[in-house]
Amino acid sequence: MAFVVSFIILFVFWMFLSGRFDYFHLSLGIISCAIVAHASHDLLFKDIRAKNRHIEVIRFIKYLPWLFYQIVLANIHVAYLVLHPRTLKLIDPHIIRFKTGLRKDLSLVTFGNSITLTPGTITVLIKEGHYYVHAIDRFVAEGLPGDMEKMVGHIYMED
Amino acid sequence: MESFFLAIGLILGLLILLSLYRGVFGPTLFDRIIGVGFVGSKTLVLLVLMGFMYGRIDMFVDISLAYSILIFIGTLVFAKYFKSKGAM
Amino acid sequence: MSIAAILLLSAGTFFFATGVIGFLRFPDFYSRMHATGKGDTLGAVLMLAGLALYNLDGGFSLGNLLVSMKLLFIGVFWFLANPTATHAILRAAFDSGLMPWTKDGKPVIEWPPKSQEDT
Repeated sequence: MAFVVSFIILFVFWMFLSGRFDYFHLSLGIISCAIVAHASHDLLFKDIRAKNRHIEVIRFIKYLPWLFYQIVLANIHVAYLVLHPRTLKLIDPHIIRFKTGLRKDLSLVTFGNSITLTPGTITVLIKEGHYYVHAIDRFVAEGLPGDMEKMVGHIYMED
Repeated sequence: MESFFLAIGLILGLLILLSLYRGVFGPTLFDRIIGVGFVGSKTLVLLVLMGFMYGRIDMFVDISLAYSILIFIGTLVFAKYFKSKGAM
Repeated sequence: MSIAAILLLSAGTFFFATGVIGFLRFPDFYSRMHATGKGDTLGAVLMLAGLALYNLDGGFSLGNLLVSMKLLFIGVFWFLANPTATHAILRAAFDSGLMPWTKDGKPVIEWPPKSQEDT
């Protein structure tokens, strides 16, 4: 089952990358996709029995516009800090630490990347349920973890 | 549009030179790794721009795709290696 | 459509430029990663989206659509990969004991970080 699904995904990806639909390229694609799918079918779908996967995908797509808005805000923040003539007076960097309630690997990764992409904070380390976050000043350091953790937990149904 | 691409390409080249400063003179080793990776992300866009200028975008986009994967893997490998080595 | 492409390309170049200037101006490694991790991601994604739009300007054939989709795919991949690479390199720096720069010269959390959990 996992072999068939990963073969189909890999083959669609092959056709997308090659862009030629004659017999030679298609047969090359079938052979190489079969080899790769046989070698790595247990990597792509570790928990294929998990149900409600489509709800997670839909919620993640709903989460993306908010994240993109936060990225634009973060870049404007960085641009303001950089182009200010006295940068060293504005910033006050610290590493802070807080405990998280998320448990799944995918939600930890999503939350870490979201922290990196939102204004003023980057994830340094995730260790034993604690996030180590480098914050550029004290004001953004007080805003963590915020309601973003709840949003990420809502995506992957860890409420 | 051609001259606009040329201007954007020149600005990107200037930015590559500026970020090479950190790659060469960076105070710590991690600054150097990030300087080289930073050059890579500019080169990624510059390759696509060159494809549009030469009219061979269908070839250059594949090179750019392979190059983006290469930068990512390279940074990960450097991070892993110097973490286990303890390079400070 | 080509005006939107010009706008996206200019915005991307601006964010690249702020990323590089921040990379040169900020005082230590951890602050520099603020500039690179954010400016690089948004700059590359905006520029690739603008180039994909410009490529569609020539007409909707199968080859054009494939090239635009590949450009968008590079953008999506970069959007996922660049924060991950930033996190990996930060983690390597943190584990090898690089001190962050602070105003009063001492870190907020204890240093080096203890491994057991004390909440």
